[in-house]
Amino acid sequence: MNLTLRIWRQHGPEDKGRMVTYPVQDVSPDMSFLEMLDVLNERLILDGEEPIAFDHDCREGICGMCSLMINGEAHGPQRGTTACQLHMRQFSDGDTIDIEPWRARAFPVVKDLVVNRNAFDQIIAAGGYVTAPTGSAPEAHSVPVPKADADAAFESAACIGCGACVAACPNGSGMLFTAAKITQLSLLPQGQPERYTRVIGMVDAHDEAGFGGCTNIGECASACPKGIPLNTIGRLNRDYLKATAKRAGS
Amino acid sequence: MAVTGIILVLFLILHMLGNLKIFTGETSFDHYAHWLRDIGTPLLPTTWFLWIQRTVLTAAVLGHIGAATVLAMRSRAARPVKYAHRRKIHVNYAARTMRWGGVIILLFVIYHILDLTTGHLNPQGDPSNPYGNVVAGFAPERWYVTLFYTLALVTLGFHLRHGAFSAFRSLGQQTPKGERRARIAALVFAVALVGGYLLVPFAVITGLVA
Repeated sequence: MNLTLRIWRQHGPEDKGRMVTYPVQDVSPDMSFLEMLDVLNERLILDGEEPIAFDHDCREGICGMCSLMINGEAHGPQRGTTACQLHMRQFSDGDTIDIEPWRARAFPVVKDLVVNRNAFDQIIAAGGYVTAPTGSAPEAHSVPVPKADADAAFESAACIGCGACVAACPNGSGMLFTAAKITQLSLLPQGQPERYTRVIGMVDAHDEAGFGGCTNIGECASACPKGIPLNTIGRLNRDYLKATAKRAGS
Repeated sequence: MAVTGIILVLFLILHMLGNLKIFTGETSFDHYAHWLRDIGTPLLPTTWFLWIQRTVLTAAVLGHIGAATVLAMRSRAARPVKYAHRRKIHVNYAARTMRWGGVIILLFVIYHILDLTTGHLNPQGDPSNPYGNVVAGFAPERWYVTLFYTLALVTLGFHLRHGAFSAFRSLGQQTPKGERRARIAALVFAVALVGGYLLVPFAVITGLVA
């Protein structure tokens, strides 16, 4: 396959940045999207040009590092798939592919396609943890957890924190990420002690980081490579309302 | 957003049901319209209830617009650099037209008040005869008025469909099963309300109400 790539190049945070066109020849349909970028980078290095910076780590869809907006879709055209697990067979010979970084004020571009996702860490630091000791596995029958709750918590725990929800959201909101963490912790017994201080802390940290507000459109859940459902945001809203009522009452 | 929206939705339901009284005849409809000015009497002086209701509704509209403005400004600030290539993958026409749809509805409400409340834009404009005002306003030769009302009401329908679902969500609807129910309920509600409103102009234009 021969492709034309149009890639966002930006030397550093202060640079204005621009789309640059690169032709790529002889791409195998079995390559992953990131391998295709590796091939391009090797050629750029041989030609004495600056290689394209992009985030990646595990390349098996579980670390959440890859963060490419491919043809205007977070992680590219295949649903439920991270960019590293996307194969070139999803594209056709002669295609032009646009590659951009996540666009959000809370995710400033570091270089080229790499963005700084510290804002997610700030949200986690504001409450995305439990204080109950969890190092040693307790007796499984001592605290029963309903199967439906365990399944819903697990579904939310699949969030890899990649930021595709923010990238896809027309409002630039990080609510799906925040709601996934809230859901995961508030459904399980270990998450109960901090349940209501957590939701206030995390939503405040989300807003302070400069993310937009959620308007329940659903773009985030469709773009999520891990299939985090939109109804987690309703769970967050319910906990938030209860927490506000408790705070007003105390 | 949800709370002010619910106040406006409650009004829309009552207003729609009130409109349907046009099918009970001229005397009954005019009597109903005049009764609206007398609600609460003799506890309250005439039209006081009406003005209290108008104040609450105006406050709800302003609150609704205020909250929408805050959200829109946050969205704008949250993505200072736009995408060169953007593809929407989630089909949700109603959710995407909330802001401009809201502006259209506001302009429609202003026109509607000048038409059938104050009578300035109504060909008859007689406050003692609301039935006649409706019949004159939607007369067949004024088909463009009916067309504008229809477009505005369809816009309102889209706005309500996403608005109602979104209000459920904002107020804590949290299960996948509940989500399906909320979506269906929002759709049925929006269609029923818009249908109920459209019955009146279409009854006039087809001569059913004359």
